Amino acid sequence: MAGIPQTPYKPSNKVLAWVEDRLPIGGFLSSHTSGYYAPKNFNLWYYFGSLALLVLVNQILTGIFLTMNYKPGAATAFDSVEFIMRDVDWGWLIRYMHEIGASMFFIVVYLHMFRGLMYGSFKKPRELVWILGMLIYLTLMAEAFMGYVLPWGQMSFWGAKVIISLFGTIPFIGDHLVQWIMGDYIPGDATVNRFFALHVIALPLVLLLLVVLHLAALHEVGSNNPDGVDIKARKDANGLPIDGIPFHPYYTVKDLFGAGFFLMICAFFLFFEPTVGGIFLEHDNFIEANRLVTPEHIKPVWYFTPYYAMLRVVPSYFGTAIWGVLVMFGAIVMLFLVPWLDKSPVKSIRYRGWMTRTALAVLVVCFVWLAKIGSGPGTDPSEVIIGRLLTILYYGVFVLMPIYSRIDATKPVPDRVTTHD
Amino acid sequence: MANEGVNHGRRRFLTATTAVVGGVGAITAAVPFLKYWEPSAKAKLAGAPVTQDISKLEMGQMLITEWRGSPIFIVRRTKEQLAVLPSLDAQLRDPKSENTAQQPAFAQNEFRSHKEHPELLVLVGVCTHLGCSPKYVGELTPEPFDPNWKGGFFCPCHKSRYDMSGRVFQGVPAPANLPVPPYRVVSDTQIVIGVNPEGAA
Repeated sequence: MAGIPQTPYKPSNKVLAWVEDRLPIGGFLSSHTSGYYAPKNFNLWYYFGSLALLVLVNQILTGIFLTMNYKPGAATAFDSVEFIMRDVDWGWLIRYMHEIGASMFFIVVYLHMFRGLMYGSFKKPRELVWILGMLIYLTLMAEAFMGYVLPWGQMSFWGAKVIISLFGTIPFIGDHLVQWIMGDYIPGDATVNRFFALHVIALPLVLLLLVVLHLAALHEVGSNNPDGVDIKARKDANGLPIDGIPFHPYYTVKDLFGAGFFLMICAFFLFFEPTVGGIFLEHDNFIEANRLVTPEHIKPVWYFTPYYAMLRVVPSYFGTAIWGVLVMFGAIVMLFLVPWLDKSPVKSIRYRGWMTRTALAVLVVCFVWLAKIGSGPGTDPSEVIIGRLLTILYYGVFVLMPIYSRIDATKPVPDRVTTHD
Repeated sequence: MANEGVNHGRRRFLTATTAVVGGVGAITAAVPFLKYWEPSAKAKLAGAPVTQDISKLEMGQMLITEWRGSPIFIVRRTKEQLAVLPSLDAQLRDPKSENTAQQPAFAQNEFRSHKEHPELLVLVGVCTHLGCSPKYVGELTPEPFDPNWKGGFFCPCHKSRYDMSGRVFQGVPAPANLPVPPYRVVSDTQIVIGVNPEGAA
């Protein structure tokens, strides 16, 4: 962390010292673990960053093994996935670890983002940490979407058709752009192959780079905490923050405990309910893609459903359907802007008034309810009205943020974290 | 190397021109990579016209064939189905088929079909919203999604509704009528999809 003096890392082992003189890898690692001081008052909400990293490792590891038997291509993809499931030793386990990992990734990322909103972790000087995190979220959505296309089931095909068609609503270039993305007039062999390339190499590289930058930016400015107190403001005689503790061993041990608990939940899904009733993996995706038969009920996987609901409730005007697409992407753009929309002098929700608390609660209700609408059949006309109302409320939380965050009452923020000794 | 008499303007000019030339080179090099994603020659070839036998198509029935990878709906409409069409105009977005991109000129009429074969409806079965394939719901009976249903097409993805001419209703996400492909009625039993009728534009 900047501004904290580091005791230079001097290995006593001669070989390690020889390496350290030429490549200071030990110093780099220690400065980001035992030399990284994090606030001592982290709570439950601070598990999800390390859990996201754990899931990323799981996705890469299981993904590498899946590629060993997966055969991209419209004629081979579905059969090769079923081959992995039925004929490859432990193939079902590796595949379901990857599939459950994808949904767990979004669960921990959504909780991680909520933590950031709740404790003001996006506020100065952590704007870039937030922006990089949002870019990770966007990359993750592209990665998840393309991954869902690869098994080439009915939902793979029809999901791809719907999502790629979103680009067709762009005026003038839309139709050509859609053909360019698919490499055909409909999603087909070319589409599966290029999505495979992007899913297994291009996007994971981007994702890893962004994760490194996210952590580098975080370690430069230091972690926020539930009180939103700047721990660097009060230091002891050695220049160490008095409310900080070294990340290693204190938080590595804490995160290991969290990882154990988290893996128990994952194991329950894995062994007892691998598709989670069609939520993590839709039943229609066990049927091979058929471009002449639309499933009765097309819906994306749960983590996209809030945005999908917005897409569905916005009608078209002036002969184009682009408005729903704009509203959907705008909902994500709003999250990017939060560091500049929030004008409150206080970071944490603990020292903010009822307006901010209400707004955050409204955001959660909108997100969850829209997710419910987006994953439903959508035949109920009243849902369209409710969906439109929720979409307006969702936008309201962000558009009105500069006003309510400024006029909202605040409580005095303590000098030190509330749980110090 | 002597540093006296450095011409900074000249250096800046050379740096800028080198950067521009390099940039043009980089953009040019990107072209093959972008073009690599275009539909291949094989995919383009698959777009040839398709002949379909319709001798077994009964009144009120729909058959689905394929052209350019899209489902093609062919319906032999009943008298009842045709009779209700004019009464729906007020509820439709484009009742007169004025959006010329959605049908060839010969089909820009009440029934969106050939004048000599009004009962024969040929549509590209791809929802104009986001490309799902709508369901054919031909009976003139109330449906859960519309108590005043007069027959037509219902998209299961985002609940867009079309009438028995593929004309889109108001207040649904789909912006336009279902497209009519170019087609030719060769005989009572055969149509060709992918070519305009002889003499027609």
